[in-house]
Amino acid sequence: MKEEIKTAAEQEKTGLEPEISGAEALLRCLVEEGVDTIFGYPGGAIMPVYDKLLDYSDRLRHILTRHEQGAAHAAQAYAMVTGRPGVCFATSGPGATNLVTGIANAFLDSVPVVFITAQVTSGLIGTDAFQETDILGISMPVTKWNAQVKKAEDIPDAIARAFYIARSGRPGPVLVDISKDAQFAGLSYSYRNCTYIRSYNPVIQLQMRDIESAAVMINHAEKPLILAGHGVILSGASEELRALAEKGGIPVAATLLGLPAFPNNHRLFAGMLGMHGNYAPNILTNQADLIIAIGMRFDDRVTGNLKKYAPDARIIHIEIDKAEINKNVRVDLEINNDAREVLAALIPLVRQISREKWIREFRILDRVEYEKVISPETEPDEGEIRMGEVVKAVSDLTEGNAVIATDVGQHQMAVARYYRFSEKSTLVTSGGMGTMGFGLPASLGAASGNPGRPVIAFIGDGGFQMTVQELGTIMQYQIPVKIILLNNSFLGMVRQWQQMFFNGRYASTEMVNPDFMALAGAYGIQAHRVTQRGELRDAIVTMLAAEGPYLLETVISREANILPMVEPGASVSDVTLTYR
Amino acid sequence: MQQEYTISLFTEDHIGILSRITLILTRRQINIESITASESAVSGIQMLTMVVSTTPDMVNKVARQIEKLVDVIKVFVHTNQEIISQEIALYKVTTRGLMSGSMIGDLVRLHHARILEVTPEYIVVEKNGSKEEITGLLAFLEPCGVLQFVRSGRIAITRQVKELNAYLKEMDDAERTRHVPSEVYN
Repeated sequence: MKEEIKTAAEQEKTGLEPEISGAEALLRCLVEEGVDTIFGYPGGAIMPVYDKLLDYSDRLRHILTRHEQGAAHAAQAYAMVTGRPGVCFATSGPGATNLVTGIANAFLDSVPVVFITAQVTSGLIGTDAFQETDILGISMPVTKWNAQVKKAEDIPDAIARAFYIARSGRPGPVLVDISKDAQFAGLSYSYRNCTYIRSYNPVIQLQMRDIESAAVMINHAEKPLILAGHGVILSGASEELRALAEKGGIPVAATLLGLPAFPNNHRLFAGMLGMHGNYAPNILTNQADLIIAIGMRFDDRVTGNLKKYAPDARIIHIEIDKAEINKNVRVDLEINNDAREVLAALIPLVRQISREKWIREFRILDRVEYEKVISPETEPDEGEIRMGEVVKAVSDLTEGNAVIATDVGQHQMAVARYYRFSEKSTLVTSGGMGTMGFGLPASLGAASGNPGRPVIAFIGDGGFQMTVQELGTIMQYQIPVKIILLNNSFLGMVRQWQQMFFNGRYASTEMVNPDFMALAGAYGIQAHRVTQRGELRDAIVTMLAAEGPYLLETVISREANILPMVEPGASVSDVTLTYR
Repeated sequence: MQQEYTISLFTEDHIGILSRITLILTRRQINIESITASESAVSGIQMLTMVVSTTPDMVNKVARQIEKLVDVIKVFVHTNQEIISQEIALYKVTTRGLMSGSMIGDLVRLHHARILEVTPEYIVVEKNGSKEEITGLLAFLEPCGVLQFVRSGRIAITRQVKELNAYLKEMDDAERTRHVPSEVYN
């Protein structure tokens, strides 16, 4: 606090604040941006920043993960829960490259995360110095924007831009690489939020003519279907989506990341789209005469075979990222704008219609799916424990209001299918990338956002062991995540594909697992193991009531399959309901 | 159906921008047939002109992805009919070869080329024109012994100049208001 000794008169004279280091400037910028939590891992090049961090510990909480990848996923989850950009620190070289999976994951799922990497001293850049890597070049294809800073005085502007770009328009990860000498050097600090970049225009003028066209198409449609994606949540358009659906009597199907955008117990909720989605919305996509796609990008897991996708439908695409429009599916009306703005303008123009006949078609197919798939999966009375029944029990006990984190694979699809997400819920999952190992670090990041709701992580035995070291982080900070380990001793999704498409040849998918109870014990984390159906519900109740972190291992059916399934290359209406 | 497109785009003069643009083309396996980068009519704004061969659908997809880059201001896609384009080429030819027969006369009269430098060993010839004209002159000079040949990428101007001008004006205006307090933009 030596700087404060300078008198007011002295400051008056220079007109500027006294000099601070680049490292301190970075931290001040973060405070200005409303950051309170940073996930990261120190190392040589970033030491000046970590040193200053000690002085800022009252304003900035740093969570030391056990691997940079964990920090990246945690920062993303923090952003998904709080709605504010996550922040992640890593050092140069391996620290930076270890982030890459996490950066790419945030990029594909449009989550705002500001990654700060340290770089070797500017004079050494380009010389293959110790722990030097071209993280700018490496991260270019998976960041919304990135920049390198080699002068302390450039830090505030770079950070201001980073936050503005990360959270505006279609959000995404950004990376600022700061050389070690810039962290040490002094600057006259002043901060101005960035609100404008000439070459970047995230706010688009609403074209009322397009909105009117959309309304005409909706009002004349007999079988309209809304496809709601992550964009609905990112733009805060859940209320508007509900109002539109209710006024127009339009069923709402959701993508994986769009599931919490619409209450899953609503009579107009049609279920999840795509490969392991629900029967009705997949079949009826190909009978709809109008598709209203909102904040989604027609991913191949959603559309199945594009040549046979929605042949009878005209398509309205409401999407903030122009590059996503007409990328995979040719649309009839493109509305390149923020979902909330568009829906708010659209609702008054949509006629109040009840489309009971069309809704009934969903109910009929729902019944078929219930009898053939859902009931045996969620209400079995014999055999081994099923993933679906575990998820359903948690859903019932939390009334669909929890923050749910998942890893990737069969259990993720079980969660998507059987957790009944409310508007209060959050789903933190790896959609576009399908990153195994995401679940555990994501859950601790989500819980660090103080959501005021329980944070429950569903993780398979494969993904759990990819980032299992983050149990150490959970232990150190006593982060109250409830981990449900669904253990089938297989890499279940790959095994399912081997069974279905590779003649049952189980190549490297069976796992010999450690004693997870002993592992949890080593980290001082409360744990319990369930093998019998009769114990399941009580075990979940105990877990939910426990204070602090908790691991509930559930031993489940080894070779169960996730169904229904739109097989690769098949049309969405060609859904496999049962296998064998 | 594949066809030739000229992609003209305006970008901020920032490090790495070319890399970002080529990443998008690489990912879609689109080869850049020629590329020219230089400062535009507005100071501080770079103009890039690229020639690619691809389908109409794909060129529009990549144009949108390029325009999405934070540092890219605007992207235009043109077919060859929509633009007037030129390339420039330099030819270093042996003096002995070029001085034989009516080569020099044909060079100027038929090919409208200029002579930049004459030495006892070689002559440097300059030619502006289309890709075909430049290639044509190369074939014409081949018998004289071409010691060196370089050609530029394409530069192009649109036939409907209005849209480019409108954007240049917009950029100019933005430049002038850049230092106005940020509240203006809220």
